Amino acid sequence: MTPGKGDVLLAEGDPEVAEDEERLIREFRRQLDLGMWAAVPHEGPGGRREATMVRDFSEVPAEAERVIFFPRAAGG
Amino acid sequence: MRRRYVRNSARERRAEERARRLLRSTAGEDAFEMYERFGLLSVQNDRYGYLIYPQRPIVAYDAESGELLSEFCVRFLDGTDPEAGERLPDADDVLAKWMALRADEHELIGTANVHPLGRQLDPAMVRRDLAQLRAFRPERPD
Repeated sequence: MTPGKGDVLLAEGDPEVAEDEERLIREFRRQLDLGMWAAVPHEGPGGRREATMVRDFSEVPAEAERVIFFPRAAGG
Repeated sequence: MRRRYVRNSARERRAEERARRLLRSTAGEDAFEMYERFGLLSVQNDRYGYLIYPQRPIVAYDAESGELLSEFCVRFLDGTDPEAGERLPDADDVLAKWMALRADEHELIGTANVHPLGRQLDPAMVRRDLAQLRAFRPERPD
């Protein structure tokens, strides 16, 4: 998520392919270094939409189709 | 050298359209319809519910009684592109709040500045919004 643009594709690939995984990890770390939060949307019990925050690439579930990065919350 | 930052309403409109598509694919059809109809989202657990307004505070209410409790002021600012401004599109702002509440309610609420209801939002308007949402989906508030 970005001001003035909405969502922008940062990286994509198959995490089971070593080269792709490296690229995904690199971008994941870069986003967190920029101060972003990372959330994985998924379905919970009863099909309810949920989201889980992840702080390390290893926490991203294998079946996750996307990770959404957005600015860290601050008191307003 | 002079530098000017101007508002680009066409770009903002395109960004909001993209953000609405992301909201729909992430939070689901119900949430998308709620945002389209009322301009806000809601999240509710056993004890508390939250009304999520774009670019405005989150309002907490008692899930059982509907009593409005407090305003939680929280912002998701990104200053990496000064020309684009710091604010996310409205639909991204509500989605960011929705994801943060869904994923870690306590962290988001702990980050927010807490104010009594009425500091930024008109309590009468918030009561009307809550009543509309409950009428819209009485069986499943979030």
